[in-house]
Amino acid sequence: MRLIAENLGGERGGDTVFSGIGFALRDGQALVVTGPNGSGKSTLLRVIAGLLPVAEGSVRIEDGGEAFPSIASACHYLGHHNAMKTALSVTENLRFWRDFNGDGHIGVEAALETVGLGSIGHLPFGYLSTGQRRRAAIAKLLVSHRPLWLLDEPTAGLDKASEGRFAALMTRHCEEGGMIIAATHLPLGLDKAEELRMGLPSPLWGGSIREAERGGGLE
Amino acid sequence: MGVSNDYRCSPTPALRADPPHKGEGGVLALFLRDIRLNIRAGGGALTGVIFFLAVIATIPFGVGPDLKLLARIGPAILWIGALLSCLLGLDRLFQADREDGSLDLLVLGNDRHMLALTVLTKCLAHWAGSVLPLVIAAPLLGLFMNMEPAAIGATALTLLVGTPAITFIGAAGAAVAVALPRGGLLISVLVLPLTIPVLIFGVSASYGATANPAPFLQPFLILAALTLFLAVLGPVSAALALRHGTD
Repeated sequence: MRLIAENLGGERGGDTVFSGIGFALRDGQALVVTGPNGSGKSTLLRVIAGLLPVAEGSVRIEDGGEAFPSIASACHYLGHHNAMKTALSVTENLRFWRDFNGDGHIGVEAALETVGLGSIGHLPFGYLSTGQRRRAAIAKLLVSHRPLWLLDEPTAGLDKASEGRFAALMTRHCEEGGMIIAATHLPLGLDKAEELRMGLPSPLWGGSIREAERGGGLE
Repeated sequence: MGVSNDYRCSPTPALRADPPHKGEGGVLALFLRDIRLNIRAGGGALTGVIFFLAVIATIPFGVGPDLKLLARIGPAILWIGALLSCLLGLDRLFQADREDGSLDLLVLGNDRHMLALTVLTKCLAHWAGSVLPLVIAAPLLGLFMNMEPAAIGATALTLLVGTPAITFIGAAGAAVAVALPRGGLLISVLVLPLTIPVLIFGVSASYGATANPAPFLQPFLILAALTLFLAVLGPVSAALALRHGTD
């Protein structure tokens, strides 16, 4: 399976956020998208997933076979939000997504074990801390199989140990022939990943902020 | 962690051992999840019933103690009360999913479960969780209006058949207004004119059951046809709006 983007451009509210992005991913490869705030990392991921229209160029999947005819059907999208219901327990949430997404991969309990939440599956999702919520959302990637993971700031809120565990998970996914595109500005611990640097920030951001960021003044 | 794509059964007996089917299983899971959310705290299943009760209970005070008049306007009042109560919870139909990011994943699932089918499922769950209680409460509230048993039965039956249509139209309105922070009012304004035919045929079928010259069956069948027609049109247009409304 291959994911190919050619001369890809995206826009938000009529303004071009990025353009001329091109890459090709094969089975087992990972792509880390970096760049300052406002450079269009999240927009790029949403354009790839098909949640935003492609402004120019194209992005497509090849050799996906019958099971994965389109990018939307082949991908897990982990956005800023965790897509979990606070009123339901963690296990109920995961069980729902496994049943809804189909292609069951590993059991719900095993997935929770893998992300280190084995003992709190019975708690309502709303009781969890930010980091635990993120880990539960990561467990969602494991309960159904998708070859392509689109991850938007996946480690936001995770502690060091969880980051390490997540890096191991991503490496395992790539070794099993999966593909990953992750937007981040924290190092993810993916050794063999290619890096895509998004260009200058959109005009929404002033020059002074860019300077401050470069100097480490922000974040 | 499993290395193959095989479904691994977890040791917990509560988990299903067989892999869920791609079609109905996922949609059923969505239905059950929405019902569960509706029943649990904050779901708002009771809000509609309380509002319905408030509307119907105040009518006799406003109209006065004319029992004949109350019995005559009873079916219409029940229908209007149910219609307004139906509109009450519609704004959360997609907004809750949008806020926590679930809506993105439901839209991405389009290749496995056609989005219109997903929307239809959400509508049915919403109807079963929030609107069905209104239909069940209607006979009791009919007593407040001094209605005869036949009129109460007919009104409850027309509500049972007609209210899904309101939910289906409402889904289209809710999908259009999903990105608006205070979309509830807009949904009511968008949806109310479209529900007028449902109201007209629902009320005329209810009257047909008691007033002799008026027919019952014809308006009732038209009401059923409206519901079936909107069961297709509503979810399809809502799906279209959701697909193009993601940002």
